[in-house]
Amino acid sequence: MSAAFDILLCLMILATAGIALFVRGAFAAIAFFIAFGNLLGLAWLALGAVNVALAEIAVGAGVTGVALILACSRLFELGDNLADVRTPLASRLGSAALCLGFTVMLAGVVLTIPPGDRLSKVVAPLLPGLGIENPVTGVLLAFRGYDTLLETFVLLGALVAAWSLTPDASRRLPPTTMVMTDPTSRIVAEAFTRLLAPAALIIAAYLVWVGSDLPGGAFQAGAVLAGALVVATLGGVVVLPRLDSLAARIALMVGPLTFLAIGLAGAALGGRFLAYPDGLEKTLIVTIEYALAISIAAGLALLAIGPPQPMPNNARADAR
Amino acid sequence: MSPLDLLVATPLGFMLAALAFGGQGRWLILVASPLMMSLAVWLVFLPPDAAHVVGGWDLPLGILLRGDGVARVFVLGAALCAALVGLQALYEFSPQSGGPSARNRGFWPLFYLMWAGANAGFLTTDLFNLYVALEMVSLAGVGLSALGSLQAALRYFLFALMGSLAYLLGVALLFANYGTVDITLLARTAEADAATLMALAVMTGGLLVKSALFPLHGWLPPAHAAAPAPASALLSAIVVKLGFVILMRLWFEAFATLAAPIAVGLLGALGAAAVIYGSIQAMRQRQLKALVAYSTVAQVGYLFVAFPLVAAAPSAAWSGMTLHAVAHMLAKAAMFLAAGLMLKAAPGRDIADLVGLARVMPVTVTAFALAAISLMGLPPSGGFAAKFMLLDAALDQGAYIYAAVLLGGGLMAAVYLFRPIAVAFSGAHGRAVALKAPLAAVAPLALAMCAIALGFFGVAFAELAAIGAPWAQGDAIGGVP
Amino acid sequence: MLVEGGHVFAVTGAVLAGLGFYSFLVKRHPIRQLLAANVVGAGVFLMLGGLGRSPGGADPFAQALVITGIVIAVALSALGAAMVVRLAACGDKDEAPLGEKREGP
Repeated sequence: MSAAFDILLCLMILATAGIALFVRGAFAAIAFFIAFGNLLGLAWLALGAVNVALAEIAVGAGVTGVALILACSRLFELGDNLADVRTPLASRLGSAALCLGFTVMLAGVVLTIPPGDRLSKVVAPLLPGLGIENPVTGVLLAFRGYDTLLETFVLLGALVAAWSLTPDASRRLPPTTMVMTDPTSRIVAEAFTRLLAPAALIIAAYLVWVGSDLPGGAFQAGAVLAGALVVATLGGVVVLPRLDSLAARIALMVGPLTFLAIGLAGAALGGRFLAYPDGLEKTLIVTIEYALAISIAAGLALLAIGPPQPMPNNARADAR
Repeated sequence: MSPLDLLVATPLGFMLAALAFGGQGRWLILVASPLMMSLAVWLVFLPPDAAHVVGGWDLPLGILLRGDGVARVFVLGAALCAALVGLQALYEFSPQSGGPSARNRGFWPLFYLMWAGANAGFLTTDLFNLYVALEMVSLAGVGLSALGSLQAALRYFLFALMGSLAYLLGVALLFANYGTVDITLLARTAEADAATLMALAVMTGGLLVKSALFPLHGWLPPAHAAAPAPASALLSAIVVKLGFVILMRLWFEAFATLAAPIAVGLLGALGAAAVIYGSIQAMRQRQLKALVAYSTVAQVGYLFVAFPLVAAAPSAAWSGMTLHAVAHMLAKAAMFLAAGLMLKAAPGRDIADLVGLARVMPVTVTAFALAAISLMGLPPSGGFAAKFMLLDAALDQGAYIYAAVLLGGGLMAAVYLFRPIAVAFSGAHGRAVALKAPLAAVAPLALAMCAIALGFFGVAFAELAAIGAPWAQGDAIGGVP
Repeated sequence: MLVEGGHVFAVTGAVLAGLGFYSFLVKRHPIRQLLAANVVGAGVFLMLGGLGRSPGGADPFAQALVITGIVIAVALSALGAAMVVRLAACGDKDEAPLGEKREGP
């Protein structure tokens, strides 16, 4: 990758970010935000971080984009046109001065730090002991497995918090409220789903499997599955279960529960919490990753679709 | 097995169980409360050097968990609060409470998530792990406050989001600069270069938002005042404290040698302003819970008034600062729970509506009054012992302004807290109706008595809090005489 | 002070953080503020990635931190979006059905 390419890419990233942040229309803003996310994915490829590129495109741009688009369309239906209230000129100038100063300082500080690989020399010798070759998977599932464990609970907690907002009236509804009503797009979505769903399953399973040696892993796989679930749901092919249904609870809990149980088993067997017994490292890591991928897929899909909406027209849409 | 792991793993397990059991999940608290209390007590009695890396992965790669004095007192304080608040919530979020079932069910997983996150944050020395813990606690805090007012919760959420990002920015700078995010390693290698100072500045800014120090407190009063009483109690007692503990770790351990007196002085000045502003606002409130929420703004101020005192003479002010935080945990949790019960019995939400309550619910009003004694800093109470230690340190150092703030703040607290108590004791025939749940007052009373009892154990507490304190290990807090 | 390849991305990250921060301060609609926060987050991650760049590839530790951060960011964004929608659906009288108020003021 040449420096010119890097600079061009960065300029495009800044331009799309600027449009996403300051364009008038909300949908345009989100469209540019998704483009921004995809360009960021390219930037991560240029940085040699394929794992992050996959996560950024699937999760950062994809799932976040869907969640924001759905939120905007619901807000439009509710009569909130997301109009921008102009802040007074003085406060805008003040904010601009503040942020300009902050940016200049931060950029200056960044330039004092020489870029370089800090810990791969520490990571590399430990990988053979785990039986895996992807150092990022090693960091996520072993060396910093504790962070990853806690993070899966953050995902679960966000879902619980979002669902605890639903009033009793709409609790019985499934979370799908934005099913496409236009017949043509439905046909497209259904056909798409029929092709996409098996492909997504295979890709996800593959991503987890290769994740121990090549870029990939539970988060990327979960995001791919979540994407397929979201398309299928919006196409009306699949009805996502409610959060308190047995299926949803099992899918959401299997990942964190497996991770926590294996972590505690390590301690109970005389080792440490989250330590893998000798010889079983790769087996346990792959087991955790498959379980996590299921929970992440379910969690991201339910988060992107959002909790059921307490609106009468949705009840009709669900009943078709 | 070590309590350092179990204190986090156990509440996470309870979170899953609460989700699995759905409507019946609330009864789990009857197991969780005693279990978590025993784990916290186990932590207190661990050998002084208790620490290990998770999974056996060494630094700088792994994550070090450490049961130092600060971790011990905060985990124990949080366990007391959460255990008793949880028992109270059993009553508050029962299906008979009349609230929406989503609210009654949503409380429990978020409650356990917050407990796990708080313990994880108190026990870890890893700055990125602290980011994850901070997000667990903030997320649970937002979810809990959304059970009250959604508007206030959204405001809190946006503030907390930017606070987290500022903190994360600092962590990123530190990792790029030093190749580690572990506090104990940073304490050895940190230098006063541009990246480090910038990191410390943005992290401090973000954490001040999280711990609601004036003038970044704007999100706190509406969110804490509108949430259901057990949620308010947890928000004021525990959520705000995690940001403060991280600040302690940054300023007095990781970057102790870099902390410029002027910067520490600025924090102290903001703390003093918070005491005065929060107290004046508390005096002006008409509603009871708003008064209690503004009292939190004032009480957080004291914690930062202690910053310059600790920087100047750590051995004297350290115990006062930690004791104040823990005493506030217990007293404020008690006060929010008591206030919640009082408002259920009173005809309205205003302080004026409390007329005659002392006659109808004497135990609850007593709990409120006992908690008030600790918050005012009257003897004998944890609040008094803490203020005495801080005042002693301030006078020793000739920091008369801080001494005046400590005394004046106590006086103002007496003024604003006396008002609701006086109203509750006045009037023979208020319109208050007794609650049909006499046991509900047990939790606030127990918490308030703990806050009072803490006053008798000041010396033992100081010894506990000093275990593994950064200033006690050879090279004292750097440079400052 | 030598400007190296990774610096291009790191400085871009810094500018993104600044842009996002500005947008967060001047935009009033919470959805736009969520978008701004996401841009700030992306900027922080890109900074971390740029400074972790070396001829041999990217720092695995930094990559893992970024992946963790991205997942946390999406969880929070989705929760924020759900809160905004719910608030719009029930208007400003949200305290009535959810709060602990038993009787009107």
